[in-house]
Order: sequence, then structure tokens, then C-alpha cells
Amino acid sequence: MLTKRIIPCLDIKNGRTVKGVNFVDLRDAGDPVELAKIYSDEGADELVFLDISATEERRKTLVDLVRKVASTINIPFTVGGGISSVSDVEVLLQNGADKVSINSSAVKNPQLINDLAQKFGSQCVVVAIDAKQIDGQWIVHLVGGKVPTELNLFDWAKEVEQRGAGEILFTSMDNDGTKNGFANEALATLSDLVNIPIIASGGAGNIQHFVDTFLEGKADAALAASVFHFKEIEIKTLKKELKNNNIEVRI
Amino acid sequence: MKIVIINYGAGNIQSIMFAIERLGFKAILSNNPDEIKAADKVIFPGVGEASSAMKMLLESGLETLIPTLKQPVLGICLGMQLMCNKSEEGNTKGLGIFDVDVIKFTPKVKVPQMGWNQIYNLKSPLFNGINENEYMYLVHSFYAPSCPEAIATTNYEVEYASALQKGNFFGTQFHPEKSGDIGEQILANFFKL
Repeated sequence: MLTKRIIPCLDIKNGRTVKGVNFVDLRDAGDPVELAKIYSDEGADELVFLDISATEERRKTLVDLVRKVASTINIPFTVGGGISSVSDVEVLLQNGADKVSINSSAVKNPQLINDLAQKFGSQCVVVAIDAKQIDGQWIVHLVGGKVPTELNLFDWAKEVEQRGAGEILFTSMDNDGTKNGFANEALATLSDLVNIPIIASGGAGNIQHFVDTFLEGKADAALAASVFHFKEIEIKTLKKELKNNNIEVRI
Repeated sequence: MKIVIINYGAGNIQSIMFAIERLGFKAILSNNPDEIKAADKVIFPGVGEASSAMKMLLESGLETLIPTLKQPVLGICLGMQLMCNKSEEGNTKGLGIFDVDVIKFTPKVKVPQMGWNQIYNLKSPLFNGINENEYMYLVHSFYAPSCPEAIATTNYEVEYASALQKGNFFGTQFHPEKSGDIGEQILANFFKL
């Protein structure tokens, strides 16, 4: 059976991991490549690198990083952050990224999804959607949840699927950082609405939250950052527990 | 050993290049018929859309060369699909090496299949030392149904051929270069053929 995926997410700034990490055995806790290797060895199914740097040099640094990661690890990885054109994507894929994730640029220019899907195939186009509830409606937000758009989460999800996205990474801004669990109701609605895989993001605090998002939220994959970086949850233990709950995972 | 990766403009070739380097070999990218013919091992990669990839093969003349190769050839993902008779994707004919027609998953399941799934009924030197039911990384919307040339089976909506072999021609629907250490072992097996 196709397994549910566990995806650690690393925030990158100027080629270094940003959020503090708690790996005692790391020589250099800020080295994304070394961290990627550890996660890969521990059984992560994929990795996501989110570039949050804003300098002019960012692109070159990111490309160097992508090459280093691709030459070191043998599991798939996605690169996101600041990607706004076909040529941005081309250089990342040529250097070994498997998928790219686009967010604000897709909202501003939805045709980008079609263009990327046509040129590189849907399988490498992940559309990330950040949303939070306003008056009971899930509204898509930009800039890390700061700027609301006119878009409804479910309408937008349907549209990105039709435009050729291969996967949706949904982050609930209401849940992100709370460690109270994923937005399973919205996730389940999404999962029934579209026929492409959904990655759940935002709210992971304990192992039960992952069980719930796969069973109740019908998610195909779950992404988290700090619970992995601070070793609050070890991927091996997590996967064992998922298996004990009859959730198919790669062990 | 001389390893050539067929370069016809389709797909992410860097991942397979790096995987080959991790195994201690070097590969060259080429679309030159003489260079491809002289290789000890040939990798036929591919990611993207079948009919446009086939068009590139036709334009480069590789469409007639590939089926005549005598050394071990490994098609990966779309590469494997293009080695079949035809594909529903863009209704294109294939290279006709594997006697099977590639079709699409139905909306009963999420399409593409994306992630790790098991391979079983393994029967080829490609899988020497590989246990049944190991997990491989797959990303695809189209598949080759079960057929006599299947050397591995995977279940997603139906049981289908996740690897094929006919003589010196091998194809894997999964990405050995992205399937962890087990995937690398399969690649290493290919280079030992």
C-alpha cells in the first residue's frame, strides 16, 4: 500500500537553518545538509526546504544548497520560498530538487501553475496554501498569514488542482505554532474535494496529532518543523506508533 | 565502466547523476548515437509528459537507436513508460520494447500516486539481495498493467507492473535514485549486470 509520508521542514536563511535545533550529535546545527542527512537516516520520507532569506545573494546560495543536498541524500526533497518564475524553477530542478513549492506567486499569478505543470510536469509542482478562519470562512493568506486575500481555501484548492498542481501543502495559520494538532476538519474537506495528495501542516505537538491528521484529516502526508528539530518527537518512534494505529508507513 | 545517461531534454537528470556518483561511478550525459552505443550501461531517464518526450526522441533519432541497443538499458519512470507499446498520456506510441500499453489510474484513487509503496513478486537479477515488499518512491499518474514482462508488482488501485524486463532492457516505474539505500542497491545491481 501507498504509505503516509512524514516530512520535516527546514527553514533556510542565507544557506543556513534558522530555527534552533537540538541535535547534540550535530557538528554544525546550522548546516542544512547535515540535518537533512540525519532526517533521511531516521526515516523521513521527504524533506522540505523553505528559503526565507531576502538578500540579493539568496538565489545563488539556495542553488548551491540544493546541489549539496541532492548529492548527499537519496530521498526526495522540495524547495520553496520566493519562487516566482519558470526560470527560478528550472535552475532548482537542474540542480537536483525534485519538487518546488509556490505560494504567494501562485496567488498573484495563477498562470504560473499551468506554466510549471506544462514545462516540468505536475509531479514537481506543490502549491502551498496558508489559510485561517475569518467569520467561519477559511480565507487564503499571504506573507506568512499576515495579508488576507479574497480567496476561499476550498475554491483556491480546486483551482490549483485544475491548473495542474501535483500536490497541495495546506498550512492552517490558526493551528501553526499552537502544538494543539492539525486542522483536521478542513483537511478532510480538502482531501475529499480534490483528487491530488494533501500535505497537512501547522499544529503538530505530539504523536497523537499525526495519528489524527491521517485518520480524521485524511491527509496523505504530514509536515512539521519544531517537534522534529527539538527532538520532541523522533521520527522512528512516530512511525512505530502510526503503524500501531494501523496507519501504513515506511519503516 | 562507461555509463551514459540518454539526454533528450526530459527530466531531472541531476538526481540520477548524483546517485551514480554516490555508488562510486561517473556517468556522462549524451544524445550522441555513437557514444550511447559504446556505453557499458545506458540509463534512459524521464520525467514529464509522454507525448512531448516521445516527440523529442523522434526528432533526435533516438527513437530508432534505443530499441537496437545490446548492452543493459535501464528506463526510469517515464523512461520505462516510453519503452512500452504506447501510452494513454497524449495518446502517443512508444518504443515498443515492452509488450504492454500504459494507461491512467482512475479517479477512484488520488492521482498522481505520490510517495512510497511496496514492490513484490520480484524476479530479476536487478533485485538480487532485495527483499520482497521493500518500499520505493513513486510519482506517476499512468502505469503499465500486469503483464508477462513484469519483474516487480505494486498495488495502487490495481496490481500493476512497477518494473519490467525484456532481455537487456529494464524499466522501473519507481525512482531507484530517490528510494533510499534500497534504491541505491538496485542501481548497484544494474551496474553489476
